[in-house]
Amino acid sequence: MKPFDYTRADDLQTAQRALHEGGTVIAGGTNLIDLMKLEVMTPGAVVDISRLDLNDIRDHDGGLYIGAMVTNSDLAADLRVRRDYPVLSRALLAGASGQLRNKATTGGNLLQRTRCPYFYDRDTSCNKRTPGSGCAAIGGELRNHAILGTSDDCVALHPSDMAVALRVLDAQVEIESLDGTRHLRPLDDFYRLPGTTPHIETSLEPGDIITAVVLPKPTGGQQSYRKIRDRASYAFALVSIASVINARDGKIENIALAFGGIGARPWRDTRVEDMMRGQTVDDQLIQKAGDLLLSDARLLEGLEFKADLVHRLLSSTLTEAVQ
Amino acid sequence: MNTNLTVNGRPHALDLDTRVTLLDALRDQLKLTGSKKGCDHGQCGACTVLVNGQRINACLSLAVMHDGDEITTVEGLSSDGRSPLQAAFVRHDGMQCGYCTPGQLCSATAVLDEIARGWPSHVSADLEGPVELTREELAERMSGNICRCSCYPGISKAILSVAEDGTVHREAAE
Repeated sequence: MKPFDYTRADDLQTAQRALHEGGTVIAGGTNLIDLMKLEVMTPGAVVDISRLDLNDIRDHDGGLYIGAMVTNSDLAADLRVRRDYPVLSRALLAGASGQLRNKATTGGNLLQRTRCPYFYDRDTSCNKRTPGSGCAAIGGELRNHAILGTSDDCVALHPSDMAVALRVLDAQVEIESLDGTRHLRPLDDFYRLPGTTPHIETSLEPGDIITAVVLPKPTGGQQSYRKIRDRASYAFALVSIASVINARDGKIENIALAFGGIGARPWRDTRVEDMMRGQTVDDQLIQKAGDLLLSDARLLEGLEFKADLVHRLLSSTLTEAVQ
Repeated sequence: MNTNLTVNGRPHALDLDTRVTLLDALRDQLKLTGSKKGCDHGQCGACTVLVNGQRINACLSLAVMHDGDEITTVEGLSSDGRSPLQAAFVRHDGMQCGYCTPGQLCSATAVLDEIARGWPSHVSADLEGPVELTREELAERMSGNICRCSCYPGISKAILSVAEDGTVHREAAE
């Protein structure tokens, strides 16, 4: 690990100033420390925000206000989340291990880096790690990679389960800017697609800090999180679906679907939802939904299996929802 | 950097390089070598310790971030190495080489506490109902601890036996 200066922030402003000066914040550290050990990330200054007073979950406009330092364990176990947003509890519990969930925070989970093995391997080229160096993943071994939202410069996958559930719930990220103002930003505006600048992953400006995630009023409906992975536990998603579905007599009244394991960011395609609304669930509709979702997919060699998994997961999710 | 840690009830004042992980501070500075370094990347769980009562991977945490924290390592689970879980691991052959055992023990100690608090898991059928510690629940909850000797049957039996009757007789270890 490269040497670095460590400071503990006593207030947000200290952290923001350090960020503005090029520092890196650390909260749970479960991803950052790993990357620092491998020298994939080599921050000169690390600012510890883990003790900032951002760790409560409170009722907010009929929804929930989740402080950025709430741990994944505490969020998954929160009784309001378990009752009103079960898809979020399920997604959190489907991710990582008990030890990691105790350290990982809500804000840190959003900002975790891709697990693309080429990003981790400093002996290979990676535009995310070293801008302009090329992408060894394209033409390399592909499995935990994206098929939607990718570019010729990057096929990295956003690995979070939590963020997929947040996307389906229309959660917003609360950001405080250096001047002290706070605003809410939807996840699709928060995450940038790679394009020609895959090293820029979010729309955060220097000095911006995530203070919370805000969930809107619960909408009811049947919620589920389904995740396919290479082993039964403690593995990243090959494909996952977060769903909130209202159905009656086999017909979909309302539906929201977000996908993990396929997108450069937590993936949602409202065209698919619009197409299914008011329709009766049958094999034809499921096929059509999958085809529409994947109409822009780039199935590089080694990733073709994800198309099959998407169709199958859609099938089980929709079939169960109308039963 | 000056850092105060309370480890197994004893206070320690350390002067640490910022890069030192909690695991290295415990092993190299405090000579508490029970906590093991396996993968050093949070994947194997051999370094699991309790921080303020919660299990974490000590290899993925900077020691300087734990100023003022209370840490329990395997050495602190009991004064004589025979906590109910430790005795049950001996009784049910919950180890072969033993390298992962300190992490398994710390993790299992926390799992029993998490169950008592009603935390659901990925395999819990009902998010809001009471949690019953089945074999399937245990496998899911212990998935952050790997045993390369594959002593999972013994590890499971040991933890389940403690969960079932609350205590294991001390004689069992002999």
